Amino acid sequence: MTALLSVDAVSKRFRGLQAVDAVTFSIATGELFAVIGPNGAGKTTLFNMIAGEIAPDEGTISFAAARIDGLAPDRICRRGIARTFQLVRPFPALSVEDNVLIGALLRRPAVAEARAHAHDTLRRLELFDKRARRASALTLSDRKRLEVARALATEPRLLLLDEVMAGLRPTETDRMIAILRALNGEGLTILLIEHVMRAVMALATRVLVLHHGAAIAEGTPQAVVRDPAVVHSYLGAEAFG
Amino acid sequence: MMALWRDMPARGRALAGLLLVVLLAAPLFADRYLLSVLILIFYFAYVGQAWNLMMGLAGQLSLGHALYVGLGAYVAAMLWVYFGVGPWLGVVPAVAVAALAGSAIAWLGFRFSIEGVYFVLLTIAFAEFTRIAFDHIGAAGGAGGFFIPYQAQRLGEWWNLRGGQRLFYYVGLALAIGGVILTAWLEGSRLGYQWRAVREDQQAARSLGIDILAAKMKAALISSAMTAVGGVFYAFYYDSLFPAQVFGIGRSIELILAPIVGGLGTVFGPLVGAFILTQLGELLTAAVEKLGVDAPGAKALVYGLILMLIIFVRPDGVWPWLARACGLTGRKPGRAT
Repeated sequence: MTALLSVDAVSKRFRGLQAVDAVTFSIATGELFAVIGPNGAGKTTLFNMIAGEIAPDEGTISFAAARIDGLAPDRICRRGIARTFQLVRPFPALSVEDNVLIGALLRRPAVAEARAHAHDTLRRLELFDKRARRASALTLSDRKRLEVARALATEPRLLLLDEVMAGLRPTETDRMIAILRALNGEGLTILLIEHVMRAVMALATRVLVLHHGAAIAEGTPQAVVRDPAVVHSYLGAEAFG
Repeated sequence: MMALWRDMPARGRALAGLLLVVLLAAPLFADRYLLSVLILIFYFAYVGQAWNLMMGLAGQLSLGHALYVGLGAYVAAMLWVYFGVGPWLGVVPAVAVAALAGSAIAWLGFRFSIEGVYFVLLTIAFAEFTRIAFDHIGAAGGAGGFFIPYQAQRLGEWWNLRGGQRLFYYVGLALAIGGVILTAWLEGSRLGYQWRAVREDQQAARSLGIDILAAKMKAALISSAMTAVGGVFYAFYYDSLFPAQVFGIGRSIELILAPIVGGLGTVFGPLVGAFILTQLGELLTAAVEKLGVDAPGAKALVYGLILMLIIFVRPDGVWPWLARACGLTGRKPGRAT
């Protein structure tokens, strides 16, 4: 098993707060890896370090056998890691199609070719019929899928998803789960940061649990939810309630 | 450019074609006054277009574009007067100097994350520094102005931009049309999409692999270079340059009104805005004279009120509304022209 992404003893401190504390894990090509944990566990900080928004204080991050920690977000994207934002940020005044086209232009400089690729991506994400709408006019569920479509159009080898299920109704969650499963089935490696346990249980091949910035458990979803440390620290009665 | 034509509905093509024929034939029937108004319209449409690339497409507000007009104007005029270098050649160094200045200001701003209103202040400051500097540059005539001498024997040397109104009319028309074509081409290019991504959300743009510093630098470079060509035209049309007039902040504001009124970030907005505003200014001057109003500032006051009214009624600019009303919106869904 060769690791596509390796996070090695990565730490990040904000003033006095240890947001991420010596976290180590690796993701193999083709995996659908989930990072879970309660609010403030350091999930988003970890995510932002991989995506290049912030540099780690210690530790290294490698992608496809090359160091990427500290690189700017645009360079990370060009290396083959695409991301979504937890609070969706489509280009509001542009059409759905142009949003995805901008992603597609990264690897396909010819606009016509990129537009064709954007159309394919829009079909995958079930947004093709809405391609002429302004992004700001979409529902949250559609905007979340637009966010995935735009990232996917950059043709990443690793897709980072920051709480794409948050705020979705159960039927919409199922739709997103089906889409992500299909993408993963075609060989796309996905790193999912997620609060919605139903989605994690349905999708993830492996799960990493963060608590107070540290990794407290790692394994299959079924093993992790039975782990006493996890149950104690995070899941408890509330998560299944 | 082909895309611009292809996406235009039949009615738009017919109107554009008709307008072009009328404008091309205008010198045959229009009087000197009307032609001078049209030349002004072309000039403001062109420089407005140049500014629109940076603000309308890339979302970077500059209130110092008079700097590039002025640099283009002075460089070309001085090369002509001192070295006899004609403007068709002189435009190259004129553009280079302005583009260098534009890039330097943009680099200072964007590299050190001077954003929004602070970037605006930076652009104003550089235009003002330059105005004051030119007040004291003896070779450029200082505050007393720089003049291209009238040489009767050179009239008709169109290759040196020496000629009558008709010459400037057609050069102005070519600039305005060229501005529209260049904007349309850039808007449909990869760079144009990157600019809109940067305008809409820089962080999201970066996450899609766009080098936002490079994208913004290109916007500033192209915009300042394009503006400088307008400056060369200005210099040879008026034959006189005064730092206070050329570099003043009033000039910078004047040249951004047409794209704002016409429609920011649109291909035809600056042209439509220039038509409206230049005519409005001329009409008001005529009206003030007719009515015998001699209160100072009366014209400016009414002009300002009408401007406010237009912006209030059509905050997105007149062109998007006009295009919809006349059925001229592109056939392609979701693509603003």
